[in-house]
Order: sequence, then C-alpha cells, then structure tokens
Amino acid sequence: MNPDFSGPDAWIDLVSAVFMVVGALMSLGAAIGLLRFPDLLSRMHAATKPQVLGLFLLLAAIGLQMRTWWVWPVLVVAWIFQLLTVPVSAHMVGRAGYRTKHLHRELLTADELEAVVQKAAAEAALEDSPDDGR
Amino acid sequence: MSRRRISLHQELPLLVWLVIVWGALWQDFSPGNLLFGALLAVGVARLFYLPPVELSGRFNILYAVPFALAFVGKVVVASAQVLYLATVRGPKVTNAVVAVRLRSHQDLIVTATGHVISLIPGSLVVEVDRSTSTLYLHALNITSKEDVEGLRAEVRSIEAGLIRIMGSHEELEEVRTEATA
Repeated sequence: MNPDFSGPDAWIDLVSAVFMVVGALMSLGAAIGLLRFPDLLSRMHAATKPQVLGLFLLLAAIGLQMRTWWVWPVLVVAWIFQLLTVPVSAHMVGRAGYRTKHLHRELLTADELEAVVQKAAAEAALEDSPDDGR
Repeated sequence: MSRRRISLHQELPLLVWLVIVWGALWQDFSPGNLLFGALLAVGVARLFYLPPVELSGRFNILYAVPFALAFVGKVVVASAQVLYLATVRGPKVTNAVVAVRLRSHQDLIVTATGHVISLIPGSLVVEVDRSTSTLYLHALNITSKEDVEGLRAEVRSIEAGLIRIMGSHEELEEVRTEATA
C-alpha cells in the first residue's frame, strides 16, 4: 500500500475516507445520545443534529467515489428531504412528548410554555362544561 | 368545491422542484424525460391540491449563499456539541423551554426559522403559536438566564437572515431599521 498523491484520485479517496469515518462517528454520536440523555426532548436533539451531518458526509463520500455528475442531484435531493422532514418529525414527537409530560422538570432551568399550556387547558375545560362557564 | 385558483407564476417554484426531483430520481436530465416530468408535475399539482405557499416575490441570492454556508457550518458545530454533551455530560444535562417572539407573521418565514433552528446548536421547536408567531423551543445545555437571552438573540438573528433572503418588503424595512438603531 503506497498511495500515489501526484494525481487527484488518491486525494479524492482520502477525502471520502475522512468523510465516511466522520459521518459514521456522527451516527454513533446520535446513538450514544439516545442512550445517555435523560428525557425524550433531549433525546430528540441527539436524533436530529448529528445524524443530519452524518448523512451529509456519507452522501458526499458516495458522490466523490462514483465520479459521475448524474449521481449528485439524487444525493442533494435525498439530503434536502432529510433537512425538510427531520425538524417536522422532531417537532411532532417533541410536542406530543411535552403534552404527555414525558420530561424531567427538575432538569429544566426555565419553562416559558407551562403557563401557556395550563391557561389553554383551563379555557378548554371551561368550554367543555357550559354550566360552570356561564 | 370552492378552490381559489392560483396563478401559474405562484405555482412555478413547486413545478420546477417536482421536475428536478423527477430528473434526479431517473438520473436523466434529457429534454424528453424533463418534458414528461413537467406533464406529471402539472397533473400532480392539479390532482393533489394543496393551499399555495404565500411567497413574498423576492429572493436575494446574495444573502442566501452566505446564509447556506453559515448554516452548514452551524450544523457541524451543533453535531459536535451534541456528541460532546452525549458522551461527557449525558444524564446530567440541564435544559430549558424558551419562548421566542418572531417579527414575521408569514407562515413561510416562521416555518423556515423553525426548521433552521431545529438543526443548529441546542434547540428544538416544541410548540408554535401561529396567532402571535411565537416559537417555543426546547434548548439543550441551558444553565443560566444569560444562556436563555443568548438563544433568543440567535433565533431572532436567524429570522432576520431569512427575512433578508425572502421576506416581504415591509419586514425587510423593519429589520434594516432595527439593525441601524
């Protein structure tokens, strides 16, 4: 094994190797985060950020190794869909998790949503029972 | 059925995007394939009708390119930060739920801001109040009042960046006067 660094090929291999290792490391980081973080909302952080970057790096490595231009649009579209869908799913899971109280309040230093949710719940309860509301 | 017809001009970005996805999936950008993709795109847009996204009509590429580069940089920082917190701090991490009032009342800007801050350091949208365009964020590793203020300032600066790219003229004016003040 004695790579020849005079041409571009060895450099492309080197860059894609680095991308693949770092990308895999990021996905590993997401997995560690899922195990180590204390509650649902902080786990969603681990599920969104490192794996978006990990996927980006792995897709870039594929693009570099294929050496054809027509593979790039597919990879870009794949990543854009990831960017569009990940925050939405994180939001839906986070929203449901907050409302069903799957979180450790003692770990929150501030909570500016609790009062709003309680007020809305009180209003909804008032509407549900018209006898008391009037 | 009372559907408000939308102009071709408003629908065009969606159609172009669908044709690009079609070409990318077939890995074939020859004119014939793109034409067939365009026919399918028009058919799909007619059959599966969605409320149109209200675009402001301006898009500034000069602001968009640096914003996109900064975004990728922030995604890298965010990933490294979450990796560090996951391995070192783990179960002892402290968080906060923070309310951030946005300037814009356009759905597009609010959605785009929510997407961007979900992907950059330590924040996640938990709840959106559309009537006041307030985002409720869950933020990782917040220990003090200063951290909360820092997060709020960052979200508002991201929103300002997005308004510079594709906000309406009135909102752009507001951001500019705020920047000079």
